[in-house]
Amino acid sequence: MSGAAGTMVAGQSALDRGLFVVGAWVLALIWILPLAWAIMTAIQPSAFESRLNPIAPLTVENFIRAWNAAPFGRYFVNTILLVTMVLAAQLLLCIHAAFAFARLDFPGKNILFALVLVQLMVMPDILLVRNYATMARLGLIDTILAIGLPYFASGFAIFLLRQTFKTIPKELDEAARVEGCSLMGLIWRVYVPLAKPTILAFALVSVSHHWNNFIWPLIITSSVETRPLTVGLSIFATTDSGIEWSVITAATLITSGPLLIAFLLFQRQFVQSFMRAGIK
Amino acid sequence: MRREWVHAWLLLLPAVVLLFTFTHLPAVQTVIDSFWSTPRGRRPSVFVGLANYERLLADPVFVLAMVNNAIYAAVTIPLSIALALAMAVFVQGRIMGRAFLRMSYFTPTVLPLIAVANIWLFFYLPGFGLFEQIRALMGLSPRNWIGQPDTALYAIMAVTVWNQAGFFMIFYLAALQTIPDSLREAAAIEGCPRLTFFRRVTWPLLMPTTLFLSVNATINAFRMVDHVFVMTQGGPNNASMLLLYYIYEQGFRFWDTAYAATLTVVMVAVLAIIGIGQFFLLDRRVHYR
Repeated sequence: MSGAAGTMVAGQSALDRGLFVVGAWVLALIWILPLAWAIMTAIQPSAFESRLNPIAPLTVENFIRAWNAAPFGRYFVNTILLVTMVLAAQLLLCIHAAFAFARLDFPGKNILFALVLVQLMVMPDILLVRNYATMARLGLIDTILAIGLPYFASGFAIFLLRQTFKTIPKELDEAARVEGCSLMGLIWRVYVPLAKPTILAFALVSVSHHWNNFIWPLIITSSVETRPLTVGLSIFATTDSGIEWSVITAATLITSGPLLIAFLLFQRQFVQSFMRAGIK
Repeated sequence: MRREWVHAWLLLLPAVVLLFTFTHLPAVQTVIDSFWSTPRGRRPSVFVGLANYERLLADPVFVLAMVNNAIYAAVTIPLSIALALAMAVFVQGRIMGRAFLRMSYFTPTVLPLIAVANIWLFFYLPGFGLFEQIRALMGLSPRNWIGQPDTALYAIMAVTVWNQAGFFMIFYLAALQTIPDSLREAAAIEGCPRLTFFRRVTWPLLMPTTLFLSVNATINAFRMVDHVFVMTQGGPNNASMLLLYYIYEQGFRFWDTAYAATLTVVMVAVLAIIGIGQFFLLDRRVHYR
């Protein structure tokens, strides 16, 4: 504790500092408790569930039973397909749109951009009934494409990329054009590489958002072949009351596992990306 | 000049088409739908004027959902923001176990809300969960936290706060980094107490961030209801009914699409008001700089 004193505000007593540290730790322990409790339940035999017993034997049995009790493998494939498709489509569509807004002049630009910004408030998440009807008319009910389609044109991505593109010096694209670079070449060989940090930040936000998304996928899917993990998990956890809690908890950890592990490995990048994407 | 227009329109076309198809047109269509009846069987949809809105105002569940949503927002927003700020201040400087502290604050944010709901469901379970064990140790009778009308909504709120506070923390962390060290050093030399420094310097400088987070938290209070699906389904007796969940219930459990559309119009109006509010609130941000 004494080593920390250098950078901290002076004028504080040891008691002051002590309370500060204790407060931080108490909050952290409370905060990690639900997750720790869940992990403990999942790695102990189901006979020990609901009993505070740190010395119970450890087991992976709950995970194996959860994995075999529902088609989680298929759900994983669906979710991975979904987030990949959504991200690829978002980048493809929104990079071009953002470039047009940032660098080109055309009639109706401001109105159109205002309409893009509307989506930051009125998201497709809310227009469930109408979008369901649209999907029915397109014959896309119960497809992975239908889960992702409303999110392809992301107002947020267009906004974020436009801001980034605007900071790129104009001299660069003049130079590129003099060199005979086409418009597409300019976007993909000059602007995209320079916007990499923003693109990475958006990618992390997008992937975690769609990995976790629930209501729309719940409505639009009705079969194992299309359901993402979140919907699969909710069905697994609610339909059959005969399943032990330790198994449900194991399933819960399985579904959030990849994101959780990715986060623990790349903590710094995650935090920075969320920060970059959030501050407009 | 003309060529630039064509290029711009071609670049925009795919995004704009999808944007209109899944955001603007459905929003307009929803407003129109709210003046029509729900088609049932062989009875087609007919124009009913304001009938759906009259029903809305007379519907006790809708009123309850709005009241619940207001309570939900009034509790979760300040609580999440206060906790986020505390977390950011805790891990900003050097502190014992900083990496661990940061991790435990932020990790809940990475989990899907559905998974979070499962974890907390187990936590709350009567006779099973951790709360219950603590109550049992104190000799209290078991209590069904999410099965009782007077606690269900608050049980849901705890989950929301747990899920989003860590996310808000990173914005405060970013903002704290922009406060120059020289201010802190000057305060230190003057012997300014930590709390005074916080109240007089840090808090005012963080105001734009606080406003930004308030707007985000308000949107979340209306939009994030995944955990209601798992934990209470709006029950018991609609005690934890929230607007978006009610839209889902009307639209996809009772298939009353016209009434769901009417509810959606209310939702869009609420979000529009927040949006306009944000515009004016965040506009003031300029004056701080």
